[in-house]
Amino acid sequence: MNIVVCMKQVPDTTEVKIDPVTGTLIREGIPSIINPDDKSGLEAALGLKDEVGAKVTVLSMGPPQADVALREALAMGADEAVLLSDRAFGGADTWATSTTLAAALTKLGFDLIICGRQAIDGDTAQVGPQIAEHLGLPQVSYVSELQLAGDSVVVKRIFEDGYQRIKVRMPCLLTTLKDMNTPRYMSVAGIYDAYKKHIQLWGLADIVVDQANIGLKGSPTRVKKSFTKGTKSAGKVYEVDAKEGARIIVEALREKYVI
Amino acid sequence: MDFQTSKEHSLLLGMYKAFAEAEVKPIAKEVDEKERFPVETVQKMARIGMLGIPFPKEWGGTGGDNLGYVMAVEAMSRVCGTTGVILSAHTSLCAAPIYEYGTPDQKQRYLPSLASGQKLGAFGLTEPNAGTDAAGQQTTAELKGDHYLLNGSKIFITNAGYADLYVIFAMTDRAKGTRGISAFIVEKEMPGFTIGKKEEKMGIRGSSTCELIFENVKVPAANLLGKEGGGFGIAMKTLDGGRIGIAAQALGLAQGAIDETVAYVKERKQFGKSLAQFQNTQFQLADMQAKTDAARLLVYRAACLKDQKLPYSVEAATAKLFASETAMEVTTKAVQLHGGYGYTREYPVERMMRDAKITEIYEGTSEVQKMVISAAMLK
Repeated sequence: MNIVVCMKQVPDTTEVKIDPVTGTLIREGIPSIINPDDKSGLEAALGLKDEVGAKVTVLSMGPPQADVALREALAMGADEAVLLSDRAFGGADTWATSTTLAAALTKLGFDLIICGRQAIDGDTAQVGPQIAEHLGLPQVSYVSELQLAGDSVVVKRIFEDGYQRIKVRMPCLLTTLKDMNTPRYMSVAGIYDAYKKHIQLWGLADIVVDQANIGLKGSPTRVKKSFTKGTKSAGKVYEVDAKEGARIIVEALREKYVI
Repeated sequence: MDFQTSKEHSLLLGMYKAFAEAEVKPIAKEVDEKERFPVETVQKMARIGMLGIPFPKEWGGTGGDNLGYVMAVEAMSRVCGTTGVILSAHTSLCAAPIYEYGTPDQKQRYLPSLASGQKLGAFGLTEPNAGTDAAGQQTTAELKGDHYLLNGSKIFITNAGYADLYVIFAMTDRAKGTRGISAFIVEKEMPGFTIGKKEEKMGIRGSSTCELIFENVKVPAANLLGKEGGGFGIAMKTLDGGRIGIAAQALGLAQGAIDETVAYVKERKQFGKSLAQFQNTQFQLADMQAKTDAARLLVYRAACLKDQKLPYSVEAATAKLFASETAMEVTTKAVQLHGGYGYTREYPVERMMRDAKITEIYEGTSEVQKMVISAAMLK
């Protein structure tokens, strides 16, 4: 079984700074991590590998420095890594990103594609589902459990107020949630080996893709304006029952002459 | 000379830190208070390969190096001195001499299980009357055909009781003095081998420190490590390597105490401002960090020399002397900066101060390190 996990390297901070001119994220000087939803997706893939044997390939699109995230994935136990990196891919929105990733996935071949639900820097949750659309694959988003069942996977799809249990035949695409598991540590041997392994670096020439749909030029999204929200005060936490809670709220609203 | 951390070592440091914070730090206080050997931590370290870091893959190791190993001891000790010494004694004092001096058969039998952490290792040299003066060994090993008969006892043995394999030193020919000492690989299950009194210690209280008793223990001749009479050399060389591990433990304790103190002085307010705003605090912290950084460079230098198969005995002694004395000084200052709270068990710095003291004593006291260093200077 070939599993491809799509991963994004994201800044490890909640205080993401935004370039006031271009409206895009400033990544320099901020330590990077594997996007948490993606890391759990990788753990799910490695779990299947441990259980039934599978080849796990990690795929990422990003600047050359994104190779650290891929090395980390290799050190956790992924078999192969591919980095899509080309100036032509830069400035991509979710449409252009998913188009590029879909082209690379076509080249790689797969039985199962796992994407994290969403990245902590963009929060769109669009790339995974778009890849499935590009490739004409069945997809299940918000996956919190995953079991293999012959040529299918049985997954638990989580909502705010409930869940669905869905059986989906492979090839298919799943988007996974951070809380579905605790990703394993990189192993010491894995780390020493990670830098001995070869990461395949694919540029524009290595994939078959319509250039009108990639990079900044192929991105229909335009950022009009971005701004940092003003900070709120810390607020107060009361551990009381509902009745007392209602009383406190009403009192506070009265104090502020809201009611 | 390159002071940049390599990419591999950067990844290792990140993983060790995450592991230490999530798996080791949360139980460090309890392990100390209850004098509980953290069996679960040993299993977790084993699972990710931390018990076989500097050994080649053909013997079940990770294919890593001594620098990566001492970084692990440092990172664990930064949150728990007990965990640091368990790792150090296992790796430096048991797996390392078997790797260095073992026959292919001995390596095959013992190294993969040690490196994978399936078995834990220990080292027995010290006796009631043979501490720094290791030549005064009373334990004897008498060759009887295909086995040696081991009799005597050892004290202050780290990992005792929990370890499965012990590198034990004994006199095979008393008339020859240090040249009559031999080393053996002794298994926990060998009849006649028992664990004696457990020490109640000031620090590293979660680590097991016990007496070992040998009563007519039949040790197969195939378990003689190195040559008969070569034990003293093996012990001294093994301790050279072990000192880098203990120096790394001391380094971790010092850095851990600084971590705690930096967080505390930002929070704690006196006279209307945080402690961090007082110049005394700032200068104390700067001194603590400067010395700890210097210790780190000495520890890493010794480890890198060992990795490059260059002489490192004097550098290991220098690293241990300076790192352990730095650990004692820094942890003491950390308690002082915490004031009254620092003296209580509510904060971990008092534990770190208690843990730091032993690093000036075991695997060669500071005085022994000074003898090694000055002997090289004056020869």
